[in-house]
Amino acid sequence: MKRTIIGFAIAAAFLASAPVFAGKTLDSIKQKGQVACGVHTGLAGFSQADSQGNWSGIDVDYCKALAAAVLGDASKVKYVPLTAAQRFTALQSGEIDVLSRNTTWTLTRDASLGINFVGVTYYDGQGFLVPVKSKVKSAKSMKGATVCVQSGTTTEKNMTDYSRANKLDLKPVVFEKIEAATGAYFSGRCAAFTTDASGLASVRNKEAKNPADHVILPELISKEPLGPAVRRGDDEWFAIAKWTLFGLIESEEYGITQANVDKMAAESTDPVIMRITGKSEDTGKLLGLDKDWMVKAVKAVGNYGEMFERNVGPKTALNLPRGLNNQWNKGGLQYAPPIR
Amino acid sequence: MRRRSASRSWSWRSQAFRGLVWQVVAVLLVGLAAWYLGHNTLENMRARGIKSGFDFLFGPAGFDIGESLVKYDALDPVWKAFLVGLLNTLRVAIVGIVLATLLGVALGIGRFSKNALLRGLCYAYTETFRNIPILLQLLFWYLVFTEILPPVNEPVTLGTTFFLSKGGFSFPWWIDGVWSVPTPGAFSMDGGATATPEFMAVLLGLVFYTAAFIGEVVRAGIAAVPKGQVEAASSLGLPRGLQVRKVILPQAMRVIIPPLTNQYLNLTKNSSLAVAIGYPDVVSIATTTLNNTGRAVECISIIMLVYLTTSLSTAALMNWYNKRMAIRER
Repeated sequence: MKRTIIGFAIAAAFLASAPVFAGKTLDSIKQKGQVACGVHTGLAGFSQADSQGNWSGIDVDYCKALAAAVLGDASKVKYVPLTAAQRFTALQSGEIDVLSRNTTWTLTRDASLGINFVGVTYYDGQGFLVPVKSKVKSAKSMKGATVCVQSGTTTEKNMTDYSRANKLDLKPVVFEKIEAATGAYFSGRCAAFTTDASGLASVRNKEAKNPADHVILPELISKEPLGPAVRRGDDEWFAIAKWTLFGLIESEEYGITQANVDKMAAESTDPVIMRITGKSEDTGKLLGLDKDWMVKAVKAVGNYGEMFERNVGPKTALNLPRGLNNQWNKGGLQYAPPIR
Repeated sequence: MRRRSASRSWSWRSQAFRGLVWQVVAVLLVGLAAWYLGHNTLENMRARGIKSGFDFLFGPAGFDIGESLVKYDALDPVWKAFLVGLLNTLRVAIVGIVLATLLGVALGIGRFSKNALLRGLCYAYTETFRNIPILLQLLFWYLVFTEILPPVNEPVTLGTTFFLSKGGFSFPWWIDGVWSVPTPGAFSMDGGATATPEFMAVLLGLVFYTAAFIGEVVRAGIAAVPKGQVEAASSLGLPRGLQVRKVILPQAMRVIIPPLTNQYLNLTKNSSLAVAIGYPDVVSIATTTLNNTGRAVECISIIMLVYLTTSLSTAALMNWYNKRMAIRER
């Protein structure tokens, strides 16, 4: 009988422990002393680690800027490399504080995964990579072709839509890991490899024996606004993640750079710059951060334009044009709400 | 049992009553644990704004699948996509089990051959294939197909109607009431039927790996037949082939079947590794669906249910066969 009582006691103890709720993200980050950031397992220009384990890329820079704004130190980021299939679960379960992993912002994801998209770090579109020697000039001429694709992305559905609309009867071969998908493409199993155009440039540059042997077809078949996301239910953290991105974009608009940010903060009399650098209004206080939160972020990674140029821009191996990702007043789509 | 407890006077302290109490307690605890896990998961998902439920199965899938045994269109409901995946899993599992059994039995018998070269080859095969991880073998076969074979628009022709290329193995097939013969097109083989490199790599990987284990099971079964049985068969003048078929194997089967069932279950479960090389099995479909809908718990449950069901049916079938083969005391 004694053992029965112990058994019931154990069962009761199980029942008594209520469901776990995520605490205030900012408090837990300050307590842990680091921001847990979900990144890609390896996509040149966006997030990849070198042989010493140093992470770089535009998605990684966002993590660094966030850590700098929140903790004052860009190195206090815990990078969690995630596959496409793992990423949302990692964010939902609280394993990471922010997901910065070239993730497309869609209605389904926004409305049903318990996550909030912060903004757009890169306006992209899905394209096709084909060997030059196949002489394919347009995606519309690839009737019946086999296409390699990574699973767990919006790309599978986009390709299906495009294939239906143009009666192409494309056959997908779906791989869990991007390395397997590109490996199969480069071995000649598939006539084309498809993902976001930026990803194609990254893959062509990093994995092709001779990048000139492969060409990205002109058609972009979808809109892919890529951006970071945070868990739902913590509006304060959502605001911090959002405004760090907006701040980086607005810093570029007003010419605040990694090199001149200290000087700007000390000397500028422009009211907008004084607000961004925290010299006049204390916007940091409203977010629960230090007064000079944006100065720290820009000092860590530069403004949005510098992040772009350093990681994916025309001077890098990826050689991606600024295009849609230029500032709104220079013909692009990057338009940050004002910091005030 | 019943008669004995009925004859005794009922008591709080009786063995039967205490046994019953423990069983009820055990069932209650298991039930409570399951309820707690399920309830807690649902509560947490609700608190975090994650949608749940199986309603997504009836929405349109929205993605194409590379190979399918039934007619499938991207606008078909999600459950149909799962069905396609399930059939792909079963296809590779059933064909795999048949081929692995044939190869395994040959290997097992080969280990008793009087020919030292054959014996050695069977031994070498077993030790090589069962000691290399299955995932590596799958990747190896996939690499063989995709690297070595010629591009799909210039295939190797075997006879005039069989073609082998990076696009797979194409052969004539009965389509809409006529024999359709494949012809090479620009990007794919037109007409006929094609076994894709993904399917062939998964199949070969599973067959060669599992056959090594089945070979050992068969060898153990044959070794368990008493030597006197063989001597008796020889003294009756039975030729070697008949001895194996009529005397050794029927007795060995009784030892072989239970561990053989394990190997069949392993083969089916190992087929889930196919996702690594792009074969659209049920796991691959579930991964895609999971990412389109975000229903992680539901999709994983479906995968578990599929493997549980196939494994239990395989086990049930093999147990029935085992009973049939068991020694009947006369």
